[in-house]
This record gives sequence, C-alpha cells and structure tokens, in this order.
Amino acid sequence: MGDGTFFARDRGRHPPALTPDYRTSVTRAPARAPISFPPSLSEETGPVFGHDLLGPLDADLIRNFARPGHSAIGPRIFVHGRVLDETGRGVPGALIEVWQANAGGRYRHKKEGYLAPLDPDFGGCGRTISGADGSYAFRTVQPGPYPWPNGGNDWRPAHIHFSIFGSGFAQRLITQMYFEGDPMIPLCPIVRTVPTAEGIDSLTARLDMANTLPMDMRAYRFDLVLRGRRQTLFETRPEGG
Amino acid sequence: MHRDPMLKESPSQTAGPYVHIGCLPNLCGIDGVYPEDLGARMYADGVRGQKITVRGRILDGTGSVVRDALVEVWQADAEGRMPGGDPRGPADPAFAGFVRRAADPETGDWTFDTVKPGRVPWPDGRLQAPHATLWIVARGINLGLHTRMYFADEDAANDTDPVLARIEHRGRVATLLAQPEGPDAYRFDIRLQGPDETVFFDV
Ligand SMILES: [Fe+2]
Repeated sequence: MGDGTFFARDRGRHPPALTPDYRTSVTRAPARAPISFPPSLSEETGPVFGHDLLGPLDADLIRNFARPGHSAIGPRIFVHGRVLDETGRGVPGALIEVWQANAGGRYRHKKEGYLAPLDPDFGGCGRTISGADGSYAFRTVQPGPYPWPNGGNDWRPAHIHFSIFGSGFAQRLITQMYFEGDPMIPLCPIVRTVPTAEGIDSLTARLDMANTLPMDMRAYRFDLVLRGRRQTLFETRPEGG
Repeated sequence: MHRDPMLKESPSQTAGPYVHIGCLPNLCGIDGVYPEDLGARMYADGVRGQKITVRGRILDGTGSVVRDALVEVWQADAEGRMPGGDPRGPADPAFAGFVRRAADPETGDWTFDTVKPGRVPWPDGRLQAPHATLWIVARGINLGLHTRMYFADEDAANDTDPVLARIEHRGRVATLLAQPEGPDAYRFDIRLQGPDETVFFDV
C-alpha cells in the first residue's frame, strides 16, 4: 500500500554494474548512469501475494521434490530470520523465493554441466511469505560449493539465492545468502562485487545453535533489509500495518 | 512523524544463470512443486481495456541476445489504477498487473499479453503517459535493472510525461518506446549497452 514514498536507494551499498572480475558483467553492464526520479504510484505499489499461494511443502526443500518416503540428501538445516525495512520495522507479507544447488553443488537445470550428481529427491526451489513481524523460515539441505567458468579456478561458496518482494515494486531485490565461517566467501568474484566488507557480512547467515532442533537440524539465522518508506502521513497504524 | 533509516538495505547479488529454478520452476522442468509458476497471467477473463501483446529481446554490448534473462512487468490497469492497493480505489479485479517471463533459452525472445495501461498520476497530480515498469535480472547483472516501456503511438501523452522529461539526451527517449507491429501488437527491445543503450532508472 502506498502510504509513504521510499528513501532514495543508497547505490554505494550495492555492487556497481561493471565488475570486470565477474566477467559476464563486462558486456551486460549499462555504461550510462541510471536516471533518477521520485517514486510514483507505479513504484510505490507492488503485487500482493497471499498465504493462499503457498502449498504445505513450499518452504520445505527437503521434501517438496522428494519421492514419497524419501528426503533430500545433505546436511539438514533450518534457515530463519526477519524481513525488515530500513527503519527497522518488520515487513509482513513479503514473498521470499529461494533456489540453490544440492549438497554436492549441482543445480537441477538444463544449462548446468557440473559432474556432481543430481539428487533424485531434491528440486532446489522453495518459497514462503513473511509473518506479521516479518519473520520467515524454511527447511533445506546445506548446498555444496561449485566451480564456475569465469576464466580461472573460480568456485562459488555455498549459497542460497533469495528473491524478495516487499510492499512496493521499488523494493524488489534478488541477493544471495552465504554461510558463516566458509573460507570460500572472500575468494569469490561474485561476492567481491559487493563494495563493503560490512555488506558482505550482512549477507552471511549465522549459525544459530539456540534454535537448532536437537538430533534433527541445525539453524542458520539470516535477516534481510528492504528499502524503507518515508512516512508522509500521521502514523496511526500499529507495527507492521 | 518521521523516521530516518537506521538499517542498511541488503546488498544485491546477481540472479545468476539458474534463476529459473527459483522463479519459474515449472518452466525449467521442476514439476510438481508449485501448481503453476508465479506471474503466469496478467489478466483473467472479463478484463477491461485493449488487449495487446508485447514481444522483445534483450541484447548485450556485443549485440548478442541475452538468453538467460528474467523479466518482470508491473503496470496499471486500463483505467490507470494500480493493483495491490491504489489509494484512489480498487483496480480491475480481473487484472493482476504483474507477470514474470524468461527469455527463450534458444532464441532469447520473450513475450507477454496484457492490456494497454491507463495513465497513473505523478505525485503532483499530473498524469504520466501510459507505461509499464520492467525489472530485468540475469547472469552478469549485479543489481536488477529498472526501466519503463512507453508506447510510440501515445505522442501527446509522452510529450508531457514527467519521467521522460528527465531524459536530457532527447534521442534516448526512443529507447523506451514500444513500437506498434500489427494490430494490438508491440515490439520492445532492450539494449544493455552500446550507442542505443536503453534508459535505466534509479527509482
Ligand atoms: Fe548459485
């Protein structure tokens, strides 16, 4: 709902378009600076997705592609956190879609050629919608690192891709989540497109032993921050309204 | 009351080449997880307005077609109302306002059916020209690209559009105009680089 326009995006927070160490950007980066304009209703509104969109296994990548009685192979994990905006408020109703490689680092995709095997019980996609306080969770297996063609001996650290819809289309964001303690993180040319160490740190999920399910799965905590709205009217609504 | 930003936005990372797994799983052969892919249809039966089809391609700086891109479209209904909470009142209930499409993995073509959008107000009350917002992600694109598609057959409205007016290099306005190609059909190509680079926006 358009109840206030967005703070200008801090573009220094994001990777620049041209990052030559990530080679594909060289021919795909616009050369000219984007032209700015204040958000209008076209940008302040966005598609609304209700909980009726979700099936019972959408947020369970361990089972949502598995044959009956089977489950995906790999370290079982529970990823959870909150979607917040820049003012610190939880963002309710945010559609979060995730995709990832399997525990061996192999994607289920026609264009994928890595020699690690497919897992017949793992598709690699999941989705959920944040609750009233912005909280979300999904279950999966920890993905493996994988090599990729970038001109050298480049490997992606273990990661989960995230796509997030806020309440306005100007908040649209795709990013990646990394795992605390992974020595591959600082070596990766895609990670290194993020201009600040603090930004990279903010994309790194923390092992959360307090929320680990004993004898079942470890938990990782990952919060996401979307652009915030500048309030132009009296704030009469409760948190998350 | 006013709040200042206290947190910083999560940095973007590229959608990569396997974005279809998460965003269009049925399209890429991951069947049975979702009943259908998100953003499959812009409208349902009974939608009001002129139905149109848009076709296009995305080209990189070498002129090669980008075959792995994902495009999302967000636009007003035929009356200029935004689905998803327009403060002026509800949009056409048969109109979703949102579609998600992948470039064809062989040809790079992408297409969507929609209705020609009405005019959405600018913050000062003036009317913007009919347009759709497009958001493009792909391997090699580090931050999703926002652009707008306007219509070449809307000269009068385009001439007073406040966003198009911000483009100082007037020759670049043409990069945002979908060209009619037959009845109820338009073509809109996007060039990521080069002399005809599409205008992208920081919104
Ligand atoms: Fe990946």
